[in-house]
Amino acid sequence: MTGQTQTPPTGGQMTGAKMVVQALRDQGVDTVFGYPGGAVLPIYDELFQQNDIRHVLVRHEQGAIHAAEGYARSTGKPGVAIVTSGPGATNAVTGLTDALLDSIPIVVLSGQVPTFMIGSDAFQEADTVGITRPCTKHNWLVKETDALGQTLHEAFHVATAGRPGPVLVDIPKDVQFATGQYGGKETRSTRYNPPVKGDAAAIAALAQAMETAKRPVFYTGGGVINSGPEASKLLRDLVAATGFPITSTLMGLGAYPASGEQWLGMLGMHGLYEANMAMHGCDLMICIGARFDDRITGRIDAFSPNSIRAHIDIDPSSLNKVIRTDIPIIGDVASVLGDLMEAWSARGRKTDREALSQWQARIGEWRAKDCLSFRNSETVIKPQYALQRLEALTKDRDRYITTEVGQHQMWAAQYLGFEAPNRWMTSGGLGTMGYGFPASIGVQMAHPGSLVINVAGEASWLMNMQEMGTAAQYRLPVKQFILNNERLGMVRQWQELLHGERYSQSWSEALPDFVKLAEAFGAKGIRCSDPAQLDDAIMEMLDYDGPVIFDCLVEKHENCFPMIPSGKAHNEMLMGEVSTAHAIEAGGAVLV
Amino acid sequence: MLNIKEGSTSHSAYNLRSTFSDVEERHTLAVIVENEPGVLARVIGLFSGRGYNIESLTVAEIDHTGHMSRITLVTSGTPQVIEQIKAQLGRIIPVHEVHDLTVEGPTVERELALFKVRGEGDARVEALRLADIFRANVVDSTLESFVFEITGTPDKIDAFAELMRPLGLTELARTGVAALSRGPEARI
Repeated sequence: MTGQTQTPPTGGQMTGAKMVVQALRDQGVDTVFGYPGGAVLPIYDELFQQNDIRHVLVRHEQGAIHAAEGYARSTGKPGVAIVTSGPGATNAVTGLTDALLDSIPIVVLSGQVPTFMIGSDAFQEADTVGITRPCTKHNWLVKETDALGQTLHEAFHVATAGRPGPVLVDIPKDVQFATGQYGGKETRSTRYNPPVKGDAAAIAALAQAMETAKRPVFYTGGGVINSGPEASKLLRDLVAATGFPITSTLMGLGAYPASGEQWLGMLGMHGLYEANMAMHGCDLMICIGARFDDRITGRIDAFSPNSIRAHIDIDPSSLNKVIRTDIPIIGDVASVLGDLMEAWSARGRKTDREALSQWQARIGEWRAKDCLSFRNSETVIKPQYALQRLEALTKDRDRYITTEVGQHQMWAAQYLGFEAPNRWMTSGGLGTMGYGFPASIGVQMAHPGSLVINVAGEASWLMNMQEMGTAAQYRLPVKQFILNNERLGMVRQWQELLHGERYSQSWSEALPDFVKLAEAFGAKGIRCSDPAQLDDAIMEMLDYDGPVIFDCLVEKHENCFPMIPSGKAHNEMLMGEVSTAHAIEAGGAVLV
Repeated sequence: MLNIKEGSTSHSAYNLRSTFSDVEERHTLAVIVENEPGVLARVIGLFSGRGYNIESLTVAEIDHTGHMSRITLVTSGTPQVIEQIKAQLGRIIPVHEVHDLTVEGPTVERELALFKVRGEGDARVEALRLADIFRANVVDSTLESFVFEITGTPDKIDAFAELMRPLGLTELARTGVAALSRGPEARI
């Protein structure tokens, strides 16, 4: 915050463009990601004439949105992006949808053709609010400068209140030029205020269920992280006090530490055996800020057949959407967990210790299967081994991880341990290849002194490789750790299991020389194909002060296990080097 | 309702039906919204995007100073789908209230329709006689045609349409259902 931020009159008459910058300042925004164009020139002119807000010039608007997401996920603050009209806005659509499915608060400001030209098929005109209506939490087309300030503050509020999500404000160019009244942060309408406090009777019912549960499990998700650090702390307290085992979705990793005593690992399609078996066998499931995604549940009618389900979520539409809930609690995770702890403590902090120790023994048996074991090699780097070594060499550092989408993403979730929330940025709901690299840029901008690694596959990484320009321009020391199997690994795996080993279009032909590619951008390139040299190569990457592309040549045909095949239940997992023929039946083949 | 082919459901990870009642119900919802640009598109987009049914939808501004509109919406689905529709409607930012009139108590539902019936001789006389029985008003007339205005429940209008068809029904316009709760209390 500089002196300029405090200079009082935030209100008064000003141009729409000035209002945009002032509103960002009033919201405490320090970084925006964007790309200029005709319809946002007045805003860029204002950005040029101030020093409070850093603008990061990306190389493609999709990169701006993912970078804003990375910024948001790693800080808990809303991310901000600015794009121009027409193609600028349409390029933002993938990122907006990604943020919607993962409930990430971002505010996107798009330029629009002047109001008097809207509807005339003007140059770079698109119906931006129409196109982005289904992929934002809410959006606005601002037609009067007087309404701009209020709308911008409302946008920040909607993005962050309740279940967070992306919002977009479409600002025609004449609205940016015209002068209007700006009234500051307090001018937003206050109607949208989702309740955060859970129903006391439902919380009491859950506290009672916890006392008698013989095989309880916590199933937590991204909602715990979205709720803020207090929610993670309360979760840890509750797990420690009850001694109940805990698993988490992909989105929720880090809310409970991976080194924690009760940690079962991730659950779901590529989740750990012990986590999925615990979900299948439990008699009390406490779902906290997760949404019973199809990657989690597998076959619905065989999902956790004998359990009472409690579901804590701030979004009423998440309750009973997929799985019927016995104890629904609508509210913010931190608020509800605080009340739950209180209610359970007031009742004497009772659990069925004897049953619990039997349950833990059972889980111990499942754990003993060691489902993440793999056959290592002395000649070729196994992707799992690469991540094990990356984990060993970086876990004690101030580390943030982003990923692309595919096998490497699942291996990263399995083999890397997260001790704190907001340290793990991955595209869960939408599964956006090309997410990780720009997200790593957003994270690094927010945490300049920290180690930021994007665990990538070569195919995903190429989808937004233009952002090397951004990384180089801002000297961002992001480490691109590419597990290069010259395949679209997850597609290849499904073709092997499901389509008679016909590998249709799932290999990466004509790959660039990643070392030379790095050097072409003035960055460092490292290639490693020998397991014996992997540690030294990773250390070289970590020691280099600047962006690095690490081309880790790995086993080309490795499959990601454990796996719940489509259309199967949690207790029907594939464990690895077994025969996988006919693993997926015709009914499951139609699923993705 | 999710658009899933019969037969795939029992093996499907997307099977949402097994733990819920399969019986389809018809519900009338009253949705109070801010009358801002695009609000109707948000509501309709929700139904098309998530594969829900709309049987009827009417909308008009009911509070000109407060810019509030009332959408009356008739939809059908299993109880779980109806609950989901209400929750999803509630998530739309300019939606202020969602009321399920079907479960909140007795309601009156009315629809207005205009019928153009063309005919001569006995058919023309019969059309007029039936219109009288249905308490339809003649709002336009020529020597060979009538336009009837009729108000009633959707069933009544369906029944009238069936009778008019053989008598020369040429054109039909319906408003969709408007509904209010019965009794002295304002629920909304």
